Amino acid sequence: MNWLAAHFNYVVVVILMMAGLFIVFSTGNLIKRMIGLALFQTSTGLFYISLGKVSGATSAITLDATSVDGKALAAQLDPAYVERFGVDGVVYSNPLPHVLILTAIVVGVATLAVGLAIAVRVREAYGTVEADEIEALSRVTAEQAEPAP
Amino acid sequence: MIELAALYVAPPTLTAHAPVLAIAVPLLGACAAALAPSGRASWVISVIASMVGAWMALAVAGEVMRENVIIYQLGGFAPPAGIALRIDAMGALLALLIGAVGTLGAIFSGHSLVAEVRPEKHTLFQAGFLLAQAGLVGLVYTGDAFNAFVFLEVSSIGTYALVAAGERRDRRALPAAFNYLIMGTLGATFYVIGVGFLYAATGTLNMADMAARLGTLDQSAAVQAGFAFIVAGLGLKAAMFPLHGWLPGAYAHGPSLISLFLAATATKAAIYLMARFLFEVFPDGAAFGEAFLDWVLAPLAAAAVIICSAQAVFSSELRRMIAFSSVAQVGFIFLGFSIASADGLSAALFYIVAHGLMKATMFMALGGFAISVGARRLNDFAGIAREAPWTALAFAIGAASLVGTPLTMGFLAKWQIIEAAIASGRVWMVVVMAAGSVLAVIYVGRMVEVMFFREAVPGAPRAKESPIGVLVPLLVLAGLSVWFGIDASLPQQLAQSGAAGLFTVRP
Repeated sequence: MNWLAAHFNYVVVVILMMAGLFIVFSTGNLIKRMIGLALFQTSTGLFYISLGKVSGATSAITLDATSVDGKALAAQLDPAYVERFGVDGVVYSNPLPHVLILTAIVVGVATLAVGLAIAVRVREAYGTVEADEIEALSRVTAEQAEPAP
Repeated sequence: MIELAALYVAPPTLTAHAPVLAIAVPLLGACAAALAPSGRASWVISVIASMVGAWMALAVAGEVMRENVIIYQLGGFAPPAGIALRIDAMGALLALLIGAVGTLGAIFSGHSLVAEVRPEKHTLFQAGFLLAQAGLVGLVYTGDAFNAFVFLEVSSIGTYALVAAGERRDRRALPAAFNYLIMGTLGATFYVIGVGFLYAATGTLNMADMAARLGTLDQSAAVQAGFAFIVAGLGLKAAMFPLHGWLPGAYAHGPSLISLFLAATATKAAIYLMARFLFEVFPDGAAFGEAFLDWVLAPLAAAAVIICSAQAVFSSELRRMIAFSSVAQVGFIFLGFSIASADGLSAALFYIVAHGLMKATMFMALGGFAISVGARRLNDFAGIAREAPWTALAFAIGAASLVGTPLTMGFLAKWQIIEAAIASGRVWMVVVMAAGSVLAVIYVGRMVEVMFFREAVPGAPRAKESPIGVLVPLLVLAGLSVWFGIDASLPQQLAQSGAAGLFTVRP
């Protein structure tokens, strides 16, 4: 139980990831496949954010020792330490993964947009977004291109 | 002999900023092309931006030969904290290939787009093409693992849309593009997960810094998981057998410009990134790395060479045939990797350039035929060499290089891999390569035989020689394959120094 509590984020990541992958491969519906792909990409977001969290750490905004929050924090720390370092001794969470994942989200949104746009064009060209029907229609095209000898 | 280091390419002030210009010029060109008033104007922008990009890539290559490694800081923070471009000979070589194919492809696009893409889409198509180039050059220049992902996706998102643009001529381009998008995105996301694991283990994203810190971490489960995710993800992008399912469709149904560009550069850039991780970032001699090279990469590469060459033999659609052949050729490159020596890697890098040039030639020649006759099946090409001798000649040179005829680059490339394989005692590899080459002779022989020696079917549409705007880039590409087959000094020095660089930095 303790293990689950300590790794809860990662368990959720794995579940989301597998669910996304399963959707991508199990369905022939192009829109549903895009949903699965988006879910899969989102799970990496949660993974990165979980990596950045440091237990007991505060958010990554530097505190000024003279501000209200800084004073409140300084009161909890060793006064000699605060005199020397300000409130620098405070542990912050790692902000870098958040920045990275912000970029990855933008990339994901762009991919989603392109994918859905292609799905729209598929619908216009084939009249369906089901992979097996598209396959059947494509075979007709292929036979037109290559008549049986 | 061409001595790159002694070549004067650009004024020093320009050379100093060439790394970032090689990425920024196509990127800005993409914006300009998207806003251009007409397809013609966007074509001019595309040609100019690609040319400047290629010129800058050449300047960078010269500088790399003088300095060994260029580190170009972005944003004014020193690496490893700040993000930097880190260019060694391997990256410079790939960027040169991308620049050259991009420029010739851009010139070729003037005619091919008119035949293959809806007129109202030309400006956006050129924008996507420049975006793809910028992304790929960024990918081979960057020294940052996460940046590599962003550049990879910048180029990929461009190419997904470009493959779909082939729908005017062949609606199967749309599902092919969709499939490519799904597989490509899965690959890229796997890569990001892998980088996340490595970041968790090392706390850095700078590849050189990561390599230094990973040295003692080869027992870490996080590192091993990261390795698996990165290799699988990049394998998908690079069409490593059996993860190549997206490739034949995308190559066969997309516009011919994109087939040639993807075959020559996009999969190659993913292979490049894989080499960087395999040989530079991950600890040398780690058990999992060696096991992967010997027991996963080498057998899969051998399977690709045999199975996909056989599939090419049994295809009737010409572009699909060449697409399967591409997967087989990627197998040759990975065979070179799996030798895990400086010679093997150098041979594989040389093969990347050789394959890029030969496949670009063949796809461009098919594009030239498609403009005049729209032929696609093998039999449509009967006797076409009589009507379009120059295009057919260029195709034949590309095909000769693919088979590995002496005096072409393909011959030198195969020879080097065989030499490296024998030097490391892997004789079975020579057998596989010989079998692959024999199969290549069969499918290439069929194409050439039909084109040159078969009578045209009576009543079939008469082919015309390709327009001059296609012939010039086509013959330049074919000429490069022959020139480098005789005087290989230019790609050779970059490939050797790139491979040596990866193998000596490690203790």
